[in-house]
Amino acid sequence: MIALTIQAVGLSGIAAVLLIVIFVGREALPILRGDGEAGFDTLFLPQPLRPGKPPGFMWQPVGEVPKLSMIPLLLGTLKVTLVAMVVAVPVALAAALFTSEFAPRRLRELLKPVIELLASIPSVVLGFFALMTLAGWAQSTFGLPSRLSALVAGLAMAIAIVPVVFTVAEDALTAVPRSYREASLALGATPWETAWRVVLPAAAPGVFAACVLGFGRAIGETMIVLMASGNAAIVSLSLSDSTRTMSATIAAEMGEVVFGGTHWSVLFFIGLQLFALTLALNWVAGAFVRRTLRRLGGTA
Amino acid sequence: MSAQPKVKVRRLSIHYRDKTAVKNLDLDIAERQVLALIGPSGCGKSTFLRALNRMNDLIPGARQEGEVLLDGQDINGREIDVVDLRRRVGMVFQKSNPFPKSIFENVAFGLRIAGLRDKAELTARVEASLHHAALWDEVKDRLAESALSLSGGQQQRLCIARALAIEPEVVLMDEPASALDPLSTAKIEELMHELKSRYTIVIVTHNMQQAARVSDQTAFFYMGELIEVGSTAHLFTNPGVKRTEDYVTGKFG
Repeated sequence: MIALTIQAVGLSGIAAVLLIVIFVGREALPILRGDGEAGFDTLFLPQPLRPGKPPGFMWQPVGEVPKLSMIPLLLGTLKVTLVAMVVAVPVALAAALFTSEFAPRRLRELLKPVIELLASIPSVVLGFFALMTLAGWAQSTFGLPSRLSALVAGLAMAIAIVPVVFTVAEDALTAVPRSYREASLALGATPWETAWRVVLPAAAPGVFAACVLGFGRAIGETMIVLMASGNAAIVSLSLSDSTRTMSATIAAEMGEVVFGGTHWSVLFFIGLQLFALTLALNWVAGAFVRRTLRRLGGTA
Repeated sequence: MSAQPKVKVRRLSIHYRDKTAVKNLDLDIAERQVLALIGPSGCGKSTFLRALNRMNDLIPGARQEGEVLLDGQDINGREIDVVDLRRRVGMVFQKSNPFPKSIFENVAFGLRIAGLRDKAELTARVEASLHHAALWDEVKDRLAESALSLSGGQQQRLCIARALAIEPEVVLMDEPASALDPLSTAKIEELMHELKSRYTIVIVTHNMQQAARVSDQTAFFYMGELIEVGSTAHLFTNPGVKRTEDYVTGKFG
């Protein structure tokens, strides 16, 4: 009876995920089928913008001729995520290494919960902080033309990702057997060499999983980017330009969209893309981890 | 025993918090000989062994009195670099603990740490170490494979090769064969006979026959104290203390 209940609860979780995909997919169906006003070509290929100008990518979903290019949104998401990862991963890994390898036990017992507490800050608070404080600081420090940009959003998002990456990476590092550390130290390695050349490589799969988890969180994070990125859908590689991400687009426009229209379908299609991106990433990461484990485990 | 001992231990006591693991111990370890440490579990053998390359430093709450002299120099002295000390006094652990790296990288680890960059020399030293550990013939075609793919006995010999690669002066072995099958144990014992022409070896063992087979000197520990030390042949056939006799003849232990 208990086993049956647990089974049912477990299956209902899977069912919920499947149903979400089916629901989102159904709303995006006109895009996927390509029988509506917008198809893959309108979303991903250059489209005519104005008479006499070369075709380009533009997100301008409301207007006489809606322009629905995914490119500025994809680019924006990648830009912000990249900034967040580049800042957060080194910080989180350094903190994890310090906590697991060098911090005295007392400090460690203090550090871990405090950093994990960071994860419980609501993202709207981080977004507010970015909007009010970080934006001004970044503008005056880096001499940016505008307050809100991919850089500011990325920095704020890094604060949200650090605890995620830190927690998982720290667990992975702590799980490395003591015997590896002893062997390394007994060979005349310094604690630093031991941490860098023995513990970190031995924990590589877990550390990698931590980074993927952080990436997944970053790609889907909405409130921070909505508040701190400026939300201009521009095709630009510059980090100092105002930027619009996929998740923020859904959040900002879903409330005002015509029910069942093309724009509506496109928004759901964006959701589907986010889902696919995360899924693909997890899959690649899983394959990588399995490969590493096989190589290290020597069962091949 | 006419030569200067390699390691001199004087009035050494080691405490873990409020427990005393080693009491007021004096011992000389001769160069290029095998010293076996025997005694029942929890008698302080391993703790003593770990004091010889300061692995006890890593244990919170461990305190130590007395001195350990390596070539006449106090290894706990202020001018001694512990990293340097551990290069001179290598260690093989009870449970084989190869790194999750390739066989080659395991042996090369200590050399790389010591700053050896030259590829040719690295390869030569790794090969030589694997020869010394009597493992070369078994792994020469699979150096790039994971060390964890080796059998238990091979893994332990790899750990010995890894310890030998940096050419320590003293090799400490903490029950190196306790988890191995008889065949692997025999290989490791055979190895020790080869190794003592170049290294000073201290081995902790629970196995009396093993101590008798491999060692020149044997020290009997009981309850943290050194009860008796002497040539292995003498200690096993004609022990001077009743308790030693009881232990080596198997009356307790």
